[in-house]
Amino acid sequence: MKTLLQTVLLAVAAATLSGCKYDVLLPAGWVGAQQRDLLVISTLLMLVVIVPVIFMAVYFPLKYSADREDKSDYEPEFSHSNKLEAIVWGGPIVIIVILGWLTWEYTHKLDPYRPLDVAAEPVEVEAVSLDWKWLFIYPEYGVASVNELAVPEGRPINLRLTSSTVMNTFSVPALGGMIYSMTGMETKLHLIADETGTFAGRSAHYSGPGFSWMTFDTLSMEQGDFDAWVGKVRAEGGDLSRQSYLELEKPTIDEPVHYYASVADGLFDRIRGMCVEDGKACIDQMMMIDEQGGGGLDGIALEPLFEYDHQRAIDGFGNLISSDDLSARNMSDVDDAYLLAMLVSDPDALCRTTPEQN
Amino acid sequence: MATEALHQSPPETWTPLFGRLTWDWIPYHEPILVGTFAAVALGGLAVLILMTYFRLWGPFWRDWVTTIDHKKIGIMYMALGFIMFVRGFADAIMMRAQQAMAAGGAEGYLPPHHFDQVFTAHGVIMIFFVAMAFITGIMNYVMPLQIGARDVAFPFLNNFSFWMTVAGAILVNLSLFVGEFARVGWLAFPPLSGASFSTGPGMDYYLWSLQIAGIGTTLSGINMVATILKMRAPGMRLFDMPIFAWTTLCTNFLIVAAFPVLTATLTMLTLDRYIGTHFFTNDMGGNAMMYVNLIWIWGHPEVYILILPIFGVFSEIVATFSGKPIFGYKTMVWATACIMVLSFVVWLHHFFTMGSGANVNAFFGITTMIIAVPTGVKVFNWIFTMYKGSVRLETPMLWTIGFIVTFTIGGMTGVLLAVPPVDFQLHNTLFLIAHFHNVIIGGVVFGVYAAVSYWWPKAFGFKLDDTWMRRSFWLWFVGFYFAFMPLYALGLMGVTRRMNAYMDTAWQIYFIVAVFGAVLILGGIACGFIGGFVSVKNRKALACGPDPWNARTLDWATQSPVAPYNFPEDVQVTGRDMFWKMKQDGFKWSGHYHDIHMPKSTSSGFVLAVMATIFGFAMIWYIWWLAIVSFLGCVAYGIAHTFNYDRDFYIPAKDVEATEAKDALA
Repeated sequence: MKTLLQTVLLAVAAATLSGCKYDVLLPAGWVGAQQRDLLVISTLLMLVVIVPVIFMAVYFPLKYSADREDKSDYEPEFSHSNKLEAIVWGGPIVIIVILGWLTWEYTHKLDPYRPLDVAAEPVEVEAVSLDWKWLFIYPEYGVASVNELAVPEGRPINLRLTSSTVMNTFSVPALGGMIYSMTGMETKLHLIADETGTFAGRSAHYSGPGFSWMTFDTLSMEQGDFDAWVGKVRAEGGDLSRQSYLELEKPTIDEPVHYYASVADGLFDRIRGMCVEDGKACIDQMMMIDEQGGGGLDGIALEPLFEYDHQRAIDGFGNLISSDDLSARNMSDVDDAYLLAMLVSDPDALCRTTPEQN
Repeated sequence: MATEALHQSPPETWTPLFGRLTWDWIPYHEPILVGTFAAVALGGLAVLILMTYFRLWGPFWRDWVTTIDHKKIGIMYMALGFIMFVRGFADAIMMRAQQAMAAGGAEGYLPPHHFDQVFTAHGVIMIFFVAMAFITGIMNYVMPLQIGARDVAFPFLNNFSFWMTVAGAILVNLSLFVGEFARVGWLAFPPLSGASFSTGPGMDYYLWSLQIAGIGTTLSGINMVATILKMRAPGMRLFDMPIFAWTTLCTNFLIVAAFPVLTATLTMLTLDRYIGTHFFTNDMGGNAMMYVNLIWIWGHPEVYILILPIFGVFSEIVATFSGKPIFGYKTMVWATACIMVLSFVVWLHHFFTMGSGANVNAFFGITTMIIAVPTGVKVFNWIFTMYKGSVRLETPMLWTIGFIVTFTIGGMTGVLLAVPPVDFQLHNTLFLIAHFHNVIIGGVVFGVYAAVSYWWPKAFGFKLDDTWMRRSFWLWFVGFYFAFMPLYALGLMGVTRRMNAYMDTAWQIYFIVAVFGAVLILGGIACGFIGGFVSVKNRKALACGPDPWNARTLDWATQSPVAPYNFPEDVQVTGRDMFWKMKQDGFKWSGHYHDIHMPKSTSSGFVLAVMATIFGFAMIWYIWWLAIVSFLGCVAYGIAHTFNYDRDFYIPAKDVEATEAKDALA
């Protein structure tokens, strides 16, 4: 029994000390380090109360056991003491006031939407969660990659995120906190890698059958290597047009890394607007129509312009359900002028993109 | 894994008679489910045969199914809770085994299609049909006794609520063998849970079982609030009530306020799925963020709905076994009330990562931390109740100390998660999983075991076997730490929840240790059940009087087991810890009893729930004719029941006298 116990303990110790990466405790970027510091400070602060509580919870029943010999300190009616009650309210309040102040400060300092105060030039990345893979678009370089995020060390990473069908969470624990990616919406996240290396990244919000394999490596590299990586992507990659995006968007599980040497203009905005496909209104256009009072009875005919989910329906195993009656709902032949006519003011001024018809 | 999946769901077809139900939906090709079905069928058959052989159907129908006695309904809630607990735990150990196996490219034994149903079912069952059933059962049994009442305010409603909860539970279990369950996580966030990304009947099982059970929960909440406000013994002011009655009151206020939000939210999702509305779709300007907000506006109060009565349980136990009144009674009541109110202004802490601004996140982070203050006060009060007391370490007290230690740690990790920047790192990781199991197991489950071992003698007239119950405690306590401390460590490595498989083999040892913990917990559960059987077997030797623990509150002034009428005559309450006072004053019942007016059993609740189950099943499978028939049946039967004037009877005074005399001899 004793040797068994020793073996188990040794195995646990070995596992703890060896390969495991406590990414949250030993992050490789400033944001993660700040979050770790806050985690440690908060824990220590709370231990000021927690340790005595646990001690008393175990010590009192033993000290005041009914079996004790000298029961002269038993006070069967003792149930109130202003002094003790001041402590039991006061102690936690003091801790929470300090913690609340720390929370206020750090929450503003580490707001994921806030650009980092770093002198270096940031790199822009547009991240899209697809079923079930990640697409990273580098608008400054005009390239994109699937399931691989390369970042230059020491330069802030300004992420814009959206999603193709369902909600996901972009998470690279070694760099810092996560943020949701949601369909028809855009979120922002600012991170930085202060070390080179390969860090695990994944979707941290359950999103369907392929969720477990929705992982990507984050390659943090020196500027020269990053430029070389961009060069490699340009050399190896295909073309990410709106058509090839619609192919990529179809559900796949455990998609291998691959690259795109060119990216259609404004693709991310169209993905966020759910209007990559011809014959779909972008969400900004829909909001504009609503702002103008809606489509009225005439608008009923335009319904398929605003429908999106049905064509992407999947079964329980992640297979796309292809259905003929769906294509009947396609409105790619609807005259776009009709839609645009409903917008009172200049649509281009309000919408970054409009669906073009061929 | 190849893109071309090996499996496909059955094709969508519809016939007028069977809706979309076809043979393809019977999972006879899944060995795990066939085995489970065989075991359930054999077990069910054995029960049927035994009950027929011992001629138990009549008594079962008369004494249990149709009963409107709050004590029997309470016991039935506990039985439902334990049955569903076995199911939920089976799901848990399946998940643990899968995650311990599926490392570094190994696939384990559960494909995602099955695994995803298992974690969804685990969460739904453990919250709605285990934890809720347990706390409702304890409140049902104990609260009317503590306030010196005959029964709850609406006894028929109580029976109806129970059977509606059972109806929901039956639908969840039916999904194992007919169709499938949802694969969405226990809160079913759209768009994933919407019509396009959750095709098939699984998500509809989720919706209808929760809606039907939710009716029961809401009605039971109304019932208990009315009971506490209107049915207290003469002279009992609110501030004379035991702490458990207070926490019951606050919990049921929360139920009445929060469950309609759940009902409305799920109704909107149901409309999205059934008639093509666009509340939470991506289409037509629907907004899934609204669902996440709404479901947590219910969901956060829900966790306090579960824990507040348990706080009450521990308050009763710690006072009784310390031989002292609860320390800081008023503080305790105000702390409970604070928690009740604050629980409605913290919901956003469940999704700081959605990208609300820093002001919003900081606000909800700080309100969450503020809840830690009244909770901390409660913990201190329990500790100071033991201080200068005379503490007997009986099993209920062991659970209590185990609770204080474990819950305190869980509270600490909870406050950590309430700090938004820390949450950005730990959100949706196994750290979060470890945290909420830390408070739900350390709080609710330990509390239920404590409550059962404390009130068992009251309900059945004999104590539980001490040896087995102590074994159960220690296996649970140690098992909990083995099962969940590795998950905290994994969370700090950034490991996400709900993963079917992972590549990093360094994580595997932690998952294996967690399985070991789960096996210890299995031992704890087994010891608890064995303890129950052993105690029933040795009930003569374990028999005890009405007040085996030298308790303080009115529930212990009754006989053990409690007579159908609870108290032979009204108790004049003059203060807190009334039974303690009565004992000191040498109280005796007058002996001159009157006829006691009692409500009569009815089968209406059961019949309505059967029809509700059929309605749910018909809606799930799109069998519209059956849905219409069963729905109209429910409405018609409900109206017909209001014309039932044969609702009460009297227990003659001499019967009361005879019952009370029997106790005096014991």
